[in-house]
Amino acid sequence: MSWKLFELLVQASLYTVLISFISITIGLAIGIVVSAASLSSQRALSIPARTFVSFFRGAPLLVQLLLIYNLLPALGLNVPSVVAAIAGLSLCTAAYQAENLRGGFQSVPRGLLEAADMAGLSAFQQFRRIRAPIALRLAFPSLVNEAIMILKASSLVSVVGIVELTRMAQDLAASTYRPIELFSAAGLLYLIINWLIASGGSLFERSFRWGRP
Amino acid sequence: MTTPAISVKGLIKRFGEVEVLHGIDLEIPQGQVSCMIGPSGSGKSTLLRCMAFLEEATEGLIYINGEPLGFAPGPQGKPVRLPAARIRAVRSQIGMVFQQFNLWPHMTALGNVSEALKTVHGVRKSEAEERAMLQLKKVGLAERAGHYPSQLSGGQQQRVAIARALALEPKIMLFDEPTSSLDPELTGEVLNVMRSLAADGMTMVVVSHEIGFAASVGQQIAFLEQGRLVFAGPPRDVFNKPRHPRLDQFLDTYLDRGAAMLA
Repeated sequence: MSWKLFELLVQASLYTVLISFISITIGLAIGIVVSAASLSSQRALSIPARTFVSFFRGAPLLVQLLLIYNLLPALGLNVPSVVAAIAGLSLCTAAYQAENLRGGFQSVPRGLLEAADMAGLSAFQQFRRIRAPIALRLAFPSLVNEAIMILKASSLVSVVGIVELTRMAQDLAASTYRPIELFSAAGLLYLIINWLIASGGSLFERSFRWGRP
Repeated sequence: MTTPAISVKGLIKRFGEVEVLHGIDLEIPQGQVSCMIGPSGSGKSTLLRCMAFLEEATEGLIYINGEPLGFAPGPQGKPVRLPAARIRAVRSQIGMVFQQFNLWPHMTALGNVSEALKTVHGVRKSEAEERAMLQLKKVGLAERAGHYPSQLSGGQQQRVAIARALALEPKIMLFDEPTSSLDPELTGEVLNVMRSLAADGMTMVVVSHEIGFAASVGQQIAFLEQGRLVFAGPPRDVFNKPRHPRLDQFLDTYLDRGAAMLA
């Protein structure tokens, strides 16, 4: 395989990384809100949150992407297809991350919040200073796992016309008749990126051990 | 007559069907150490938690320095729940120390003690840490300020928890079995901090199995059994013979826990 082809794949993989990174970040923000809402004692908050989770976790991502891609123009929103792709990935990962975080939030010992009550922290201050940091720490390994899943799932956005790593490999394979080399190279690139995510995750995890060995 | 630090009026607490407190009336005097003793399941911890509004009374009212906490008497005699900000304001007069310490694991000792000063009271970080340091010095842990809870012994963690409560300058300190989850050799350091706090004239309510502490430091003793206040009074009335038969029975089981001096 020529150096030129490999360069095209690397460029496309940067696009994969960018789309995934944006989606994971947006998904985390939505996921925090959704997990907090799903734990709320107010049903007006918890029911929509749980419905959101069951929809985006229950339907295949491919279907969601095609739906959003076709729905937005039908609603009169003519946005570039990359927006539809990021929207689909973000909403899907938000549902999974919300569930991971919900587990984290539920594992925060009740006593820590009672101590915060006694120290005068308001519900929001408790969320920001006590619950969220501890829940994030507890959910972190599953969040890294989710990031890896999304990076791989981003190959699906090729269906809405985004030329990311998988699509680029397909296109190049079609024009060069060298599918084995191209898909091997694409697979290797995914592997490298995910290895980087996993290593970054463990490094980050080590930086907040809070004194544990 | 001065307003009691805490007054409990007709407190009934039910958990579902089970009634654990059957109508408690109790006044905690200012500037004294009040100890609540009684067998496990007698409701003493629940009573203490109601005083801090960590448990909501099913019926009855709690007053902190004359102000209602949680619920206030309503127009038709039915108590009305006070707004969260009001609850926080009244509760700010109380500091609480828990059996399980409940230190925030993601903050150092200094972070735990300075947190509420920064977050709730808007004190500048440098000043909050200076004040927190002062409290850590008071409990003898200045050199452990940078340690996380997981790097401290149980006794040290409990002393940090006391410093955390004291940093907010409460008028009343509540202790919920502060030494019950400590190894016997670590209880002393916590009890010593509590003794010096008592010597400074802090109003304290202590739920404890440390009968020795109750007898030597307590100025008021309340004995609970099966959700009822059997009696309350100064230690000489409570511990000196002839004793209330139920207390006598209770103390018998605690002779090996420091009550031998009372036998």
